[in-house]
Amino acid sequence: MAVLESTARGQRPPRDAVGRRGKSRPHSPAHRGDAKLAWVLIAPALVGFLVFAAYPTVRGIYLSFTDFAVLSPPEWIGLDNYVQLLHDDVFWSALGVTVYFVLLSVSISLVVSITTAAVLHRLTSSTVIRGLIILPFLISAVVAGTVWSWMLDTQLGIVNIVIKALGGDGIQFLTSRSWAIPSIALISVWKQMGYTSIIIFAGLQTIPPTIYEAGRVDGASELTMFRRLTLPLLRPILALVVVLNVIGAFQVFDIVQVTTKGGPANASNVLQMYIYSKAFGQFDFGYAAAMSLSLFVILIAITFLQMRLLRASESDTNA
Amino acid sequence: MSRKLSIGRAAAWTYLVGVLFVTIFPFYWILRTALSDNYALSAHPASLLPVGFTWGPFQRVLGLATTEQSIAEGGSGASIHIGHYLLNSVIYASLSTGLIVFFSTLAAYAFARLQWRGRDFMFSLFLTALMVPGILTLLPNFVLVKELGLLNTFTGLILPGALFSAFNIFFLRQFMLGLSTEIEEAALIDGAGKLRVLFGITLPMTSGPIVTLSILGFIGMWNDYFWPLLATSDDSVQPLTLALAVFKQSSPQSQPDWAGLMAATLVAALPMLALFMVFGRRIVNSIGFSGIK
Repeated sequence: MAVLESTARGQRPPRDAVGRRGKSRPHSPAHRGDAKLAWVLIAPALVGFLVFAAYPTVRGIYLSFTDFAVLSPPEWIGLDNYVQLLHDDVFWSALGVTVYFVLLSVSISLVVSITTAAVLHRLTSSTVIRGLIILPFLISAVVAGTVWSWMLDTQLGIVNIVIKALGGDGIQFLTSRSWAIPSIALISVWKQMGYTSIIIFAGLQTIPPTIYEAGRVDGASELTMFRRLTLPLLRPILALVVVLNVIGAFQVFDIVQVTTKGGPANASNVLQMYIYSKAFGQFDFGYAAAMSLSLFVILIAITFLQMRLLRASESDTNA
Repeated sequence: MSRKLSIGRAAAWTYLVGVLFVTIFPFYWILRTALSDNYALSAHPASLLPVGFTWGPFQRVLGLATTEQSIAEGGSGASIHIGHYLLNSVIYASLSTGLIVFFSTLAAYAFARLQWRGRDFMFSLFLTALMVPGILTLLPNFVLVKELGLLNTFTGLILPGALFSAFNIFFLRQFMLGLSTEIEEAALIDGAGKLRVLFGITLPMTSGPIVTLSILGFIGMWNDYFWPLLATSDDSVQPLTLALAVFKQSSPQSQPDWAGLMAATLVAALPMLALFMVFGRRIVNSIGFSGIK
């Protein structure tokens, strides 16, 4: 959001133009009939909001307190689903697996993306190179998962062939308990990294070059300038990127579904996967709704915490 | 000093080339495998070029190969008619994108240009939707679509995402607020109606962000997997992402038809790659510009 606002502000005409239109003449002749037209214009969006966003949210909360198998009407069971949740080992293991995935994928993605963006920024302004880097963002997670299951195949996968040629032992990337989640995290980073890099790159371009010239005059090295100038100035964008990546990573599903289906033996059974299998494998929609709501509460809490920790809305320019 | 600098630059270039290699190599590997014969692949897994060159994998996924041919080349015998799913994906992605961008533009105009009671309240109300992740609404939406009898229809697939997007409305409203209103006011003074101004002046002036949102929206819809997975079980409306996942699962675990899978993958990715060829610069700038989504 910070990015958006600053971009929009950059292009906005003088403030008074907006203010004048905004407040002073609610009933002026120029705006006669506005209300009627306005409601007509927002009608489709309003219907969509009420029917497919607000109603399902409320209903999801309601369903989480019911026993519901779609075919018969939901039956109110109070907190039973949540009590069951507390004692469900698979749920806690799924939560653990998901957190492990989030930590791995977001931290690796962040380090690689920041490095890539910084390197791009210092070396080249070529749109072609930036274009090539976002290629994986354009394809679906299903495609990415399929390609990497082939490349990471234990016998015929090119990655293992290279590892063996270099004298290492073959790795069961997607079929062993210890490697399943790291492998999925790497696939996810591969798919996400270019996109994140481009956002950070765009942030880097808003930093005035004179700052670096001043730093260079003071004899600061590239690395020092990166640490002392670039990172602090970038913080609002980095905070946004972290928050969005974490929210996205918590809901990982597609890649897991295509590569491991949660296996082996639940080793990669992430929350969204478990919710899906509860709802559509066992038709336990009430319980699935309770887990969805729990995941939502977790996301809200984490986002709030991150915003506080990262002081997302301020940069360090005044520090 | 300058020597140290050039070492740093060399290291940076090396890093960049490495990143580019890892990014692009899988795309080459798709092509290389898709043009290979499965049995030759098992014999020469490390070959950098296609082994036992054949168009067979493409014929299999396009439904052009007979079962015997398919099995002879290590296919499963089950072929998918990818053209059909391609069409479904085109319908799903383009209708969804077109509708959502259009309706968002209408709403954005009402929020940016019109004076009406309740405007600020409605806008804040809409923005709360940004906080609610898909995970919370997808299951109830599935139940709703099922109750409406719209499972396995394009209407049920498209409608939930075609009317309202808080992000699109916010994005377009911000842009419209930044536009100068002089031309619009002149047109109003000359007696043009508000609707005429919207379609004749504001809309064309907003075409930049409209194209941006359309491109990003189309990419998102084309790659969407979870909602179609819930809303469709019948291949008459299933998009390509689902077909691909099914094809992967139906491929025998012991000896998967990797060549066929890669051919299907390539066909699935091709429209996006074509979009990229045409709009590459625009896509790169859109992502940097939007910074969200």
